Amino acid sequence: MEVFIVSLLNGLVYGMLLFMLASGLTLILSMMGVLNFAHASAYMLGAYFAYTISLYVGFWPALIIAPILCGLVGAAIEMWGLRRVHRNGHIAELLFTFGLALIIEKGVQMGWGLLPVPYRVPALLDFPLFSIYGTNFPAYRAFMLLISGMMFGSIWLGLTRTRIGLVIQAALTHPEMVGALGHNVPRIFTLVFAAGTALAGLAGVIGGNYQVTEPAMAFTMGPIVFVVVVFGGLGSLTGCFIASILMGLIQTFAVVFDVSLADLLAKFGFIVTSQTPLAEVLTVTLPRIGALLPFLMMVLILVFRPRGLMGTRDT
Amino acid sequence: MSFVRRNWLWLLAAIILLAVPFLFYDWTKGRHSGFALTLLSEIGVMAIFALSFNMLMGQAGLLSFGHAVLFGLGSYCTAHAINAVKAGTFWMPIELVPLVGGLGGLVFGYLLGWLATKQRATAFAMITMGLGELVSAAALMFMAFFGGEGGISIDRVMGTSLFGISYATPWQVYCLVLIWAFIAASLMKLQTETPLGRIANATRDNFERAQFVGYDPRIVRLLQFTLSGFFAGIAGGLYVMIYEIVTFDTLGAAKSANALLAAYIGGAGGFFGPILGTIVVVLLQSGVSLISSAWLLYVGVLFIVMVMFAPVGLIGLIGMHTPIRRIGRLGELVVPYLRAFPAALSVMLGFVLMVELASNITIGAAQGKKFAIAGTLIDTGSPVIWGIGLLGLIGGAFWLRIEARRFRLRWDALIEDAKRQGVVV
Repeated sequence: MEVFIVSLLNGLVYGMLLFMLASGLTLILSMMGVLNFAHASAYMLGAYFAYTISLYVGFWPALIIAPILCGLVGAAIEMWGLRRVHRNGHIAELLFTFGLALIIEKGVQMGWGLLPVPYRVPALLDFPLFSIYGTNFPAYRAFMLLISGMMFGSIWLGLTRTRIGLVIQAALTHPEMVGALGHNVPRIFTLVFAAGTALAGLAGVIGGNYQVTEPAMAFTMGPIVFVVVVFGGLGSLTGCFIASILMGLIQTFAVVFDVSLADLLAKFGFIVTSQTPLAEVLTVTLPRIGALLPFLMMVLILVFRPRGLMGTRDT
Repeated sequence: MSFVRRNWLWLLAAIILLAVPFLFYDWTKGRHSGFALTLLSEIGVMAIFALSFNMLMGQAGLLSFGHAVLFGLGSYCTAHAINAVKAGTFWMPIELVPLVGGLGGLVFGYLLGWLATKQRATAFAMITMGLGELVSAAALMFMAFFGGEGGISIDRVMGTSLFGISYATPWQVYCLVLIWAFIAASLMKLQTETPLGRIANATRDNFERAQFVGYDPRIVRLLQFTLSGFFAGIAGGLYVMIYEIVTFDTLGAAKSANALLAAYIGGAGGFFGPILGTIVVVLLQSGVSLISSAWLLYVGVLFIVMVMFAPVGLIGLIGMHTPIRRIGRLGELVVPYLRAFPAALSVMLGFVLMVELASNITIGAAQGKKFAIAGTLIDTGSPVIWGIGLLGLIGGAFWLRIEARRFRLRWDALIEDAKRQGVVV
């Protein structure tokens, strides 16, 4: 039971972190059709910016400044790069962001070195909030939950209750029509791209000291975010939210339960030995394939239900 | 004679490729340079791989992020076949061993393709990415087939050659790679002219119309994917022959990205584009990475420059000159090109200098390296050297702009003339 509750909380924290990354990507992908490979790079940039800023003015200003910087970077990428590449088709756009991801990774290595930087949790939040069955739950994780929950709320309110949010929603599915009604669709694209990048940056600020701030963090996070977006479905923030939480929980719980198919078969009186055919497949334990489960789920959902959980159209 | 006239390009390429290793031949010792031969063999293998990738991207419009899975599985199949022949389980001539890789690629191409080709466009790309991650992770879990982190080693000297060749030296392996590369490339070229190749083009351009004509795009995609797996598997088989080891990184995303980079930089539109791209990418990877730790940055920048300014790739850039060549005025471009060259060189050198300085300050200094140009030690902190780099980059950029405008005028005038003379642009 104690394992269950602790894992549940940890899974929620990780899931919300995924959601902060994935929500921006969902908007960008559904609206502009760009598979943005540089999205996880913005997450990394957010963490590094926050580290450097927090060295001078502390963590709290960094929480505001670093995402804004990331948003500016995103706006610049959209205005001077993507818009130009857009004419050459979707593959060109995707490859452009792929090249950007390479450059940003190398740039970070050159700016901050190859080793992880000591980006730490602020002292104010560095205490155990409460303990369940002897396991401490750090206050910082609760803070992460708070921030990401607030972000979810404000995105949802912003998209459904404000004028610009409604225009964005309309532009998701009918960009030409929105343009014909007199809205500046390219500017909406820039805005969404910048906002998405800023969100990824914010995720980096609060995720960088939760995980490790190192040059490889973008490439470890990148594929998972794609999985979440595709699994949740294009054009649906709710689907994205559910998928993020689901992936967070799956990955956390998979680490906890040390079982394999062989254990399951043993319950039915079938003992797997090294002579059994497929013994290697059957004896693989769940923690070892935990990181793979999201990919497996993505392949399955794309094959059988290409619009994802709650998507409004096929991927 | 007509055979020679029709295929002069292939014959020329074959002669050049056989001659190139002798540029690096060590005449005093009477030996080939092992490094050059391995590099050339690698180019040959990766060219087959990139061409097979382009069967999907260029011909069928399918962007795969997991193409290396077929390459790697082909490698593993070949490695197991070689070990089995060594152990005496069955007999097989060494020249045909890459075919085992091809068959492995074919079978896995059909199996994985059956899943992936259910969808097209973005969904196809995401499925292949997922499959790529799954298979490369599985490689670390299942020891019996993949050999874990150590991979599977082979000894390519099997003594079962059809022609009595031992394949102990890199030169012999290079010749084998070359022969297989020509066979695979010509088969792939022929495939573009088969009905399947044509209908794959049709489903790429408009899959709904292809459906109305009566073809099932799913089947077309599956067949194209399976065949492309066959050629990727051959490339994988040759890869094992060169390095005598296969590890899990042959299946990984980085390898898949290589094919994508090569096909795009070279130009996915033309058949020979990926070959050109492969040469550039492999030289960058194997050559520049020896000199500079920032080679990945250069690849990224080259890539972005290509995507932004030359989406048609190298082969497309060359193809753009065809109408001007037809009217016989190609010579008039020589001077504008020569004028733009120093400007472009200045931009490039300025950029490289600044990148190297920056990477030396952070990464190089941590590894205790000194920064030197032509043997002269250089203080990376001095503002003078940074100023030179900045001047080269920014001044060169302005200079290049002026020259580019001039070039543009000349170019437009020539194209205009070509149009007037009735040459199709």
